[in-house]
Amino acid sequence: MNILLAILVLGSLAAVFGALLGFASVRFKVDADPIVEQLDAILPQTQCGQCGYPGCKPYAQAVADGEAINKCAPGGEDTIKKIADLMGVEVLPIDESHVQGDAPKSNRPKVAFVIEEDCIGCTKCIQACPVDAIIGAAKQMHTIIIDECTGCDLCVAPCPVDCIEMRELPDTIHNWQWDLTSIPVKQLD
Amino acid sequence: MVESVIERITRGHFWDFHGGIHPPEQKVITASKPIKQLALPKQLIIPLQQHIGREGDLLVKIGDQVLKGQALTLSTNPMTVPIHAPTSGIISAIKMSVIAHPSGLSQLCIFLDVDGEDTWRDRVVCTDLETLSNNDIIEKIADAGIAGMGGAGFPTHIKANSKSDINILIINGAECEPYITADDLIMMEQSNAIVDGIKILDKLLSPAFILIAIEDNKPKAIKALQQATQDIEKMKVCVVPTKYPAGGEKQLIQILTGQEVTSGQLPIDAGIIMQNVATCFAINEAVRHDTPLIRRVVTVTGQALSKPQNVWALLGTPVNFLLEQCGVQAVENEKQPVIMGGPMMGFSVASELVPIVKTSNCILVPSRKEMPSAFEKESNEVECIRCGQCSDVCPSQLLPQELQWSAKAKDYPQLEKLNLSDCIDCGACAYVCPSQIPLVHYYRVAKAEIRQLQQLDLKAEKAKIRFEARKLRLEKEKIARQAKQKKAAAARKAAMNKATPEATGAKSAVAAALARVKARKAASQAGGVDSKNNATGSISSVDEPIDAPVDEQLSPVAAAIARAKAKKKLKQEAALLTPQSDVLAKETLAGEPEKKPAKAEKQINADDKKAKIAAAIAKAKAKNLNAASKPSASVAPPRASAAEKTESVQTSVEKPTNADDKKAKIAAAIAKAKSKALAKKAAQVSAETAELEKTSAVGDKVPAQVVQDNIVDSKNERTPAPTADKKAQIAAVIAKAKAKKKNKESSKIDSNVSHNDQDSV
Repeated sequence: MNILLAILVLGSLAAVFGALLGFASVRFKVDADPIVEQLDAILPQTQCGQCGYPGCKPYAQAVADGEAINKCAPGGEDTIKKIADLMGVEVLPIDESHVQGDAPKSNRPKVAFVIEEDCIGCTKCIQACPVDAIIGAAKQMHTIIIDECTGCDLCVAPCPVDCIEMRELPDTIHNWQWDLTSIPVKQLD
Repeated sequence: MVESVIERITRGHFWDFHGGIHPPEQKVITASKPIKQLALPKQLIIPLQQHIGREGDLLVKIGDQVLKGQALTLSTNPMTVPIHAPTSGIISAIKMSVIAHPSGLSQLCIFLDVDGEDTWRDRVVCTDLETLSNNDIIEKIADAGIAGMGGAGFPTHIKANSKSDINILIINGAECEPYITADDLIMMEQSNAIVDGIKILDKLLSPAFILIAIEDNKPKAIKALQQATQDIEKMKVCVVPTKYPAGGEKQLIQILTGQEVTSGQLPIDAGIIMQNVATCFAINEAVRHDTPLIRRVVTVTGQALSKPQNVWALLGTPVNFLLEQCGVQAVENEKQPVIMGGPMMGFSVASELVPIVKTSNCILVPSRKEMPSAFEKESNEVECIRCGQCSDVCPSQLLPQELQWSAKAKDYPQLEKLNLSDCIDCGACAYVCPSQIPLVHYYRVAKAEIRQLQQLDLKAEKAKIRFEARKLRLEKEKIARQAKQKKAAAARKAAMNKATPEATGAKSAVAAALARVKARKAASQAGGVDSKNNATGSISSVDEPIDAPVDEQLSPVAAAIARAKAKKKLKQEAALLTPQSDVLAKETLAGEPEKKPAKAEKQINADDKKAKIAAAIAKAKAKNLNAASKPSASVAPPRASAAEKTESVQTSVEKPTNADDKKAKIAAAIAKAKSKALAKKAAQVSAETAELEKTSAVGDKVPAQVVQDNIVDSKNERTPAPTADKKAQIAAVIAKAKAKKKNKESSKIDSNVSHNDQDSV
């Protein structure tokens, strides 16, 4: 009799809590940020395609599906580290085959620059730019909107007259960073 | 709540903020000396941006003569304040130059060669403040280029234009940093002007109370301001205990009101606004005396100077000029460190050409004995011993040692968790650190990098948006293009199938072309058959379906064939005739052709007259048409010959193309087609007859001449000609008449075609 009672009590308790938990799991379901979105947020959004995917989102999707995490050249090691943290995998050195030019050698951000006197107005670079950072029209000189340029390099190759080059952004007091280890700046006038 | 605050303040009770230090004040060096008016420097270097925000647009160019107080830049955005010429002179250059920034980087500066005249621009002195509306005052403050002079350089007109309710306006005269006495001196000497400036702020913000906070180490300033404000109920001079950094905005608010401005909050959210005393002085100057912010009090101090004191420095004065004026003593073998700002928060300037800007309150030139660390290249930093003194003195109640480790490890998320952004860079932690760790430097580096990362994140976000937008746009364009192509294809299909007028037109044009080709084929076949029978047959075969300019190329061939056949026929006939007459074949051959056309004439005798009449009518019609289509046709005498017609056709071809009237063009085209075909046929016929004549004129010379005449001058054709000629003429006329008839039909089709063509165009 006692055993029966105990089973009954425990069984009813289990049923009540089970129902409660079941309800809570449906009612208070938290929509986790999908892994692809989180990866996309980590990627630098240069949309350069150096990873072999047409943009950052496709690469994020690919990484979520098991693609190697070390293909993002513009992101560099920081990005690889963040992806590794997120995906729970080991940090890998950057895949050199996905690095175009000498991009990662210097940490300084670069932007495209149109040598305007050489521009023939072919619009090829405009078509190549993934972020619409080049203005110009057919047979009109083109120029780069520096603030919008992601430095992805994609406009350099299509230029038939080689009038686009990547230039480092100059140091201004807005992007200047303290460097405690460097030799103090001395201006000679 | 405000009442209790005021009660406490009147009782002289203040709150306290956490931490703080009591470094040696060193204010006596300059506090006892009046503010010195300096001679004009030779050149001023005026940076375009001297405040937080953006630089304005240049209003001057190199070579411009400017007057004192003249605006040099234009403010185009609320966060921009203009700059003004501190004295009269000539703009000698506008170029990059080292500015007052720890980086030692260059920024665009205006170089003003001082002419020494110090000529003011026209100023409008405002005697009665009541005549100005609040907006006028705000505008005056903005136009005067006033930015917070305590150190941050926030545009004052934005702070003064606050719309929310202000409980307390705090005037910051604490000046807590060692060495600096600039505010102290300006309070002593310009207390009334400062109070006037405060009154302007009172008018703009209408706060419940105005508290003027002064540290208790400035008794003269306190006395001066108490005197100036003794009649004003609203203003209270609050003597706060001396402690560094009591002059910090959040710290001073906590001292005076007990309220803590929490992380991420602005004082204005608590109904409090703070202004520096020097800013109040500048507001008074700007609003009442129409004097823009062109000078400020700078404490030039340090034991390396023989004459340290406060000076009225024009903005843009190079530091080395100030040092010269205050008697700098050169240090042997070493660069004298020059610190801009105070010893706690200042930075070493990269060059002595760095100009004084709106936020520069102190130039500190320490001796080696006074501040050995400034002379040392290497940091004496040793490991943190976890003594915890830094967190004891931190006015923001942060954990400096934790921050330091995270900063060294570049663990930015952790730094944000530790509220690095609330650090006010006061340097109290570094001051007390027994390990001589330059903590604030680490924080500054980390802050700059976090800011950089935030900017990168923003940029990435923007790039993503732009990329998505571009993708969307390309997709849309593709869909639109496909839809367009589909539509065009459908339209084409419909046009081919449906019986719309255009479609039928296009169809009929095609059909007409097909018919023409077919007819031509048939004609050449028929011509071959017909010409076997007789010469006229060949002519009629030429007449048959051949029409329109399209046939021009082929018809000569057909004509030639016909001609050849006709010749053959003639020869045969002649051969037949000769045996009959029993005359020498060769002799009679000359006469034969004469008979032959006659024969031909006989064959077609029945309709000869009719044809003639018809031909005449047709010719007249064609002529009329020609004349109508080309005004210049009248120039050419109305000749009926085939040769003439071709001529007139040619002219009509030229003229109507020039004519702008469409109708005339169409008419001309019709006429052209008609007359061309006509002329050609006639020419063919006449050529044929000529051929006939030629063959017949072996012995006779007259017909040959006629042939020539016939081509060269058609009048001869009309004039009575030899018998052979007449017959040929008749044949030609018949042919012409037939051709004309045919032409009319074909030209109708042609004109239809041309109409359709025009429609489709």
